[in-house]
Amino acid sequence: MSQAAAAHAVVEPAETPLTPDSWGKLGMWIFLAGDAVGFGTLLAAYGIMRATSGDWPDPYEVLGINLTAAMTFLLICSSVTMVKALEWLGKGDRERCKKFLFYTALGGAIFVSLQAYEWTHLIHRGLLINGNPFGAALFGTSFFLVTGFHGLHVTGGVIYLLAVLSSVARRPPAASYNMVEIVGLYWHFVDLVWIMVFTFMYLL
Amino acid sequence: MAGDHKHPNYMAIFWTLAILTVVELGVVFLPFGKVINGTLLCALAVAKAAIVAAYFMHLRFEARTLGLIAVTPLAIATLLIFVLMPDHFAVNHQTADKKPAAAAPAKH
Repeated sequence: MSQAAAAHAVVEPAETPLTPDSWGKLGMWIFLAGDAVGFGTLLAAYGIMRATSGDWPDPYEVLGINLTAAMTFLLICSSVTMVKALEWLGKGDRERCKKFLFYTALGGAIFVSLQAYEWTHLIHRGLLINGNPFGAALFGTSFFLVTGFHGLHVTGGVIYLLAVLSSVARRPPAASYNMVEIVGLYWHFVDLVWIMVFTFMYLL
Repeated sequence: MAGDHKHPNYMAIFWTLAILTVVELGVVFLPFGKVINGTLLCALAVAKAAIVAAYFMHLRFEARTLGLIAVTPLAIATLLIFVLMPDHFAVNHQTADKKPAAAAPAKH
């Protein structure tokens, strides 16, 4: 592949860096841009509903942030294991790459479990998708919708990571570099969105 | 292709993100009121998101096309805020006219 890349560079000197190698990356970026608009719309709707409501509860008091802060930290850690996986694969170390991909998927799985725990706790306290004993009912609706949409992304990401992991195990390192880089883009995006969700839905 | 990326110091980026998260948690307890605290929190969130995109997602080292794709949702989101603003004013106007009592019991 490096020979092909070198030949390519001679023909087209740095004019079009989006070589066929990175078409998948381009596709993932376009998908993520669309997904970002989806999340942006949800958060903007949340902001409008909150701004126009007279009895919106203080999220900090209803939700609590200790567990969620730990979940935020966990996602940041899983982003680091993701870049480490790619770094090791770039150095040709497939075993370490597999290990770090597994840690990343594990971090995501723990995140979703903690979210399930948090939801259960809140539902027991009466916060529902159509009801909220602490104030505006739309608070419950938007909370479960936005965190649920993000949680689905994490769940999908864990499945995606495990699929890539099994593929990495069956190919030479150079052949799976692109694939690992692309799953990394998705995973970091999920982390990035959580940074926004954490700020807008828990801290503000 | 493999290995031709510049790898930044990921641990330094990790610590920056971790410290910014702790700072965010601290900002919640600052006594500056909702507006200043909110502005600080938004600034911190945007900074963290930018760090993730630039270094973890390698945007700093990528072709400009990908950067343009990444910036597009930001432009759309900004537009969305302006599009939604009339709704906000309309609803606030109505509620102020019709049910002033509803806003009173809210604890602020």
